[in-house]
Amino acid sequence: MTGGEYVAAAYGVVFVFVLVYVAIIAAKLVRLQRDTAELLELARRRELDG
Amino acid sequence: MTYLADVAALTRKDLRVELRAQDTLPAMLLFVLSTLVVFHFALPEGTGEDAAYGLLWVAIVFTALLGLARAWVPEQEHGVFDGLVLAPCDRSAIWVGKTVATLAFLLAAQVVALPAFALFFAPLDAVALVGVLLADIGICAVGSLMAAMAAAGRARELLLPLLLLPLSIPLIVGGVGSAISTEPERYLLLLALYDGIFAVLSWASFEYVVTES
Amino acid sequence: MSSAFSWIRGLPALATLAAGLIGLALLLSFFIAPEDGNQGISQRIFYIHVPIALTAYFCFGLGAWKALLLLWRGEERHDLESYVAIHQGTIFGLLTLITGAIWAKASWGVWWTWDSNQLVLFLTLFLFYCAYFMLRFSLPEGPRRSRSSAVYALFGVALIPVSFLAIRLAEDFIHPTTFTRDGPQMTGTMFTAFCVSWVAVTLLAYVLYRVELVGKRLHTDLRELREALE
Repeated sequence: MTGGEYVAAAYGVVFVFVLVYVAIIAAKLVRLQRDTAELLELARRRELDG
Repeated sequence: MTYLADVAALTRKDLRVELRAQDTLPAMLLFVLSTLVVFHFALPEGTGEDAAYGLLWVAIVFTALLGLARAWVPEQEHGVFDGLVLAPCDRSAIWVGKTVATLAFLLAAQVVALPAFALFFAPLDAVALVGVLLADIGICAVGSLMAAMAAAGRARELLLPLLLLPLSIPLIVGGVGSAISTEPERYLLLLALYDGIFAVLSWASFEYVVTES
Repeated sequence: MSSAFSWIRGLPALATLAAGLIGLALLLSFFIAPEDGNQGISQRIFYIHVPIALTAYFCFGLGAWKALLLLWRGEERHDLESYVAIHQGTIFGLLTLITGAIWAKASWGVWWTWDSNQLVLFLTLFLFYCAYFMLRFSLPEGPRRSRSSAVYALFGVALIPVSFLAIRLAEDFIHPTTFTRDGPQMTGTMFTAFCVSWVAVTLLAYVLYRVELVGKRLHTDLRELREALE
């Protein structure tokens, strides 16, 4: 490998890490959204019953 | 003065428990001697004395780990840990007592192991012995705190080496350096610095890791 | 419940600033800064490797500071903050090891060298902070876990200088003839590129830290909301 390719590899690794981090945060957000929707459903039903 | 009296009483308690049960010290002794024999076969012919000094430090650290893993077991098994924490003494005295007791066990094991090392492998001079003593103090001081932290968790025997090994790297550097370097003062200084910093840190933080609320 | 949202204020602006600075840093380090006379293009790894290493220290320091606040003031929220900061630091520490290995390969032809004190120190710290997570996940949740983790985090910042000193001393008997590395002869623009990269990476880490905290707080709030509703 040439010097340039090593530089690209170093920056690429960092980029991939940040990308994976964003993906993990996205996955967590989806879970939070699902939880919120569930709770909203629960609260609405409670309102209808009460 | 009551602080010192508390420490003395706690140390005496640990030594007496060990004298009765003989759980730890015989195991440490046998372990360190077996390790030295294993080293004879692990060191190929002509590797020289420096390699032997390196392995001696591996043996010392792992023997200390063996003793530290058992450090809080008597308290845990008999459920006296909470009582000890509630006892009307400064909690850091518990840590000092445990450190002194563990240090006593480690030194007792080394009284046999170091002459055996000198007999089997290479001579140890006075500077190297000072290095061993300083490193023992450091590893027992940090180790008895880490063992108390690990004792509260699941898999405490597994946890202690993971917590302690990265922390013991400066001790290994200082110990090996004091044994093989031509200017050992710097390494002894490093060991003394380590002991000072981490003993104060452990002494000050012990209270936080043993109280429940 | 407002605890999760009070943290968002200012975060979008910070994130935008971080993104802009990263763009600027890339521009500076690839197109503006001149090529290094000795090392050629591979010297440009410096602009990412060193800022990431410094950021990892920053995160470990932040985690220890929050740990100190927890022990000192006993406020439970510092536990989460300390944990998230150390989590970030460990990720950046791993990145330091990877980019450092690439740099070692590019300039000395080997993936790992015990001659680089910085790499050896990061390996030690990486192992130390991995043990932090083992400790944390093996203890039952509660004040004792918070305080044990905090004490361990404080040991970390004490270990950094002591280990650094030890590794410097160990060079003498592990490698009696160390090859000397010239300090980077940085020209003005090179230094600017480095500083902008440093600020950009630190800000990125801080934004990620805040985002992670918001997520974790939101998760806790939702759990409490569920308990209140059921």
